[in-house]
Amino acid sequence: MLFKGVDFWPHKKHFDLFAARKLCITVTSILLFIAVASVFTKGLNFGIDFKGGSLLEVQAKSGTLDISDLRSRLSTLNLGDIQIQSLDNPRDALIRVEQQTASGDLSAEQAQQAAANKVRDALGDTIDIRRVEVVGPGVSGELRNAGIVAVCFAIIGILFYVWFRFEWQFGVAAIVALVHDIMLTLGAFSLFGMDFGLNEVAALLTLAGYSINDTVVIFDRVRENLRRYKKMPLAQLVNLSLNETLSRTIVTSLSTFLAVSAIFFFGGEVIHGFAFAMLFGIVVGVWSTIIIATPLLVWLGVKRDWSETGSSVRKQPTAAAKA
Amino acid sequence: MHFASWKKISILLICLVGLLVALPNFLSKEQLAYWPDFLPKRQLNLGLDLRGGAHLLLQMDEKELRKDWLDSLRGDVRKTLRDAKIGYTGLGATGDAVRVKLVEPAQTDAALTALRRLAQPVGGGMVAGAGNDIEVGTTPDGFLRIAPTEAGLVQRSTHAAAAAIEVVRRRIDALGTTEPTIVRQGTDRILVQVPGFDDTGRLKELIGQTARLSFHEVHPQMSVEEARATRVPAGYVIYPDQDNPNIEYLIQESPVVYGEDLTDAQPGFDSRTNEPIITFRFNQKAARQFGEYSSRNVGRPFAIVLDNGVIDGKRDVKVLSAPVIREPILGGTGQISGSFTVESANNLAIQLRSGALPTTLTVIEERTVGPSLGADSIQSGIVSAIVGTAAVAAFMTFAYGLFGLFAIVAVAINLMLILATMSFLGSTLTLPGIAGLVLTVGMAVDSNVLIYERIREEMRNGKQPISAIDSGFERALGTIVDSNLTTMIAGLVMFWLGSGPVRGFAVTLCLGIIATMFTAFTVTRLMVSLWIASQKTRKIPAPL
Repeated sequence: MLFKGVDFWPHKKHFDLFAARKLCITVTSILLFIAVASVFTKGLNFGIDFKGGSLLEVQAKSGTLDISDLRSRLSTLNLGDIQIQSLDNPRDALIRVEQQTASGDLSAEQAQQAAANKVRDALGDTIDIRRVEVVGPGVSGELRNAGIVAVCFAIIGILFYVWFRFEWQFGVAAIVALVHDIMLTLGAFSLFGMDFGLNEVAALLTLAGYSINDTVVIFDRVRENLRRYKKMPLAQLVNLSLNETLSRTIVTSLSTFLAVSAIFFFGGEVIHGFAFAMLFGIVVGVWSTIIIATPLLVWLGVKRDWSETGSSVRKQPTAAAKA
Repeated sequence: MHFASWKKISILLICLVGLLVALPNFLSKEQLAYWPDFLPKRQLNLGLDLRGGAHLLLQMDEKELRKDWLDSLRGDVRKTLRDAKIGYTGLGATGDAVRVKLVEPAQTDAALTALRRLAQPVGGGMVAGAGNDIEVGTTPDGFLRIAPTEAGLVQRSTHAAAAAIEVVRRRIDALGTTEPTIVRQGTDRILVQVPGFDDTGRLKELIGQTARLSFHEVHPQMSVEEARATRVPAGYVIYPDQDNPNIEYLIQESPVVYGEDLTDAQPGFDSRTNEPIITFRFNQKAARQFGEYSSRNVGRPFAIVLDNGVIDGKRDVKVLSAPVIREPILGGTGQISGSFTVESANNLAIQLRSGALPTTLTVIEERTVGPSLGADSIQSGIVSAIVGTAAVAAFMTFAYGLFGLFAIVAVAINLMLILATMSFLGSTLTLPGIAGLVLTVGMAVDSNVLIYERIREEMRNGKQPISAIDSGFERALGTIVDSNLTTMIAGLVMFWLGSGPVRGFAVTLCLGIIATMFTAFTVTRLMVSLWIASQKTRKIPAPL
């Protein structure tokens, strides 16, 4: 007995993924423009990791939480901007207190601690404090730098790896696609005004890894086909490679999307932003591979004679290439 | 697709060991008690975000450290010059050095020689070329300048950090919590993590005060008002009372006995008034000193002073109490009363027992997770892991049938191996770490998808199932290695630069990638090979 799966992909159908290239590049340019414009005008809504300040997650001990009462109680504390955000559970809320500045004898760090203590006291006995995060200005600056350095190092590391395993054109094409993905994701965070903190940087790095994974799978096939079809025009060859790997791209993206959706819907408040970045990144990663990385590769051109290179790890017999 | 027997056995052995190491994680503490001793028993560490707890990053006050050093250096200079019978004027400390002018410039060389004896080699003389901790020289305007060197300052702050960590540890241990982590970070920071304890208020109170106790002589004749009206006599200072800031005392600056000489401090109750008090005991040296002092000063008050370092930006030095000496105190024990509450007496006793902090510690980062939120996070982590895995399993079975099930078994083994490695390494599972596990499920099936799609492709190109399977596995290898290693680069960067939860995520991601590459080429392959063998015919049906 053997039950086979459903091969739902129309393998016979050959998509000309380059035909709509102009349109797609236009679309992606517009999206990219909106993203960049939003990041530079509206900016990112940095979480307290990067901006400094305090965050408290609170829960009413019984009944629902009276947000307006909470707001009026906290507004008398004179601590600058205080945001109160209700959560899915009506008992829960998030309180954000902005970065305090140094005043009188207090350094900014101490003012920060004092502010968090005032909020704690103002909450009284009917509200439980479930989570407190207080980040001083010095630490937040360092975390911000570490985040930027991390993303840059990851991009450079990936560039060199792809360069080393393929050719520089592949590396450049992959990195351009990667930067596009990161910019679009940052744009989404900026547009929707979602909190951007350390967890989201981790998501960005994972997204970078995932998106490059997708690109590398297709580049791998391009390289293989370069060995096999020595005379085929590059555009046609790349399109063929895209088509051959398209079913895998769809299945993998769907399965990863399913897994991350579970985190998005059931993972709780703390990793909501993380899951969002990943979901967004999976879609954008596939899109950029098809729309940016591969056309760029055609445009940059690649070395056509791969027969003599010893760089391939795969023991591919030349006989197989002829078949 | 043939596997040699030794290969089969080693693959099964690895999976079995993985299972055994991972299994204790699914048992409760009680069940674990019945777990045989010869088997691994370690469970995963849960991060603070899952089990609840407090995370504090403390900053030492380097300026205060330097100022304290300059103050004591000034005392040393005074004593040295006095002992050498060299007259001086204008002894004072500027921002980074002690300066003094000699009455007789001719004595400069003698003074320099005497003062240079104060210098100690950095590293206790064990490090060649490290130089001394202070530098003695002359300035163009005719002063002698005694300045701490850079190496000396570094050594000071290293020692201070070590001492502070020790003191913080003793204070936190007194709370009776389990396994706090207290480590130095960078040059001037201390990271404190206390799992399962979310009363950061209490924690900060305990470690935010330096608690330097000392016993001082109160000026025998002059009152504070007189001193204010004329001038405060040299060597004396004015400190307020702890309970009533309107009461102040004129106190000799250098103490009779230091708090370092306490051997014990315990909270208790006064037998007459029933108020909370602290009883203490001096060491022998201090007991003798204080005995002599108290016999000479019967009928006069002395002051018990508590220096709490810099609190809310102000130096917090207060007189706890200023009792009158009724009779010589010879036994080396005594008690401090000063309108304590039970808790404040308890806290102060802990602080006195643990010793004074060498410098004020400021909290610059705080993250606290209450136990209820931690439990909720574990809950949502488990739910999302189960839902995610189930969804992926259903999808894989839909797309690849029996081989899809093979992939699911491989992913399950994959997850188990990750858990086993993490338990073995003692790494910490955080909520982002659970997200990393779920993501691994998604990515781990990718290697199987690559293989299966390749097999289908080979069959479409007219190959027989068995050779299609063969070349499917072989050709997917390079792609799988390439694509996983690029993801690994991002993971390693996160591990290298990240901290706390992010690092936890990076660990599961990287382990997941390694486990994925292992299972795709051994476990899945072995299952497929066993399936082929079970067909008992050379012409197997198309599996996909």
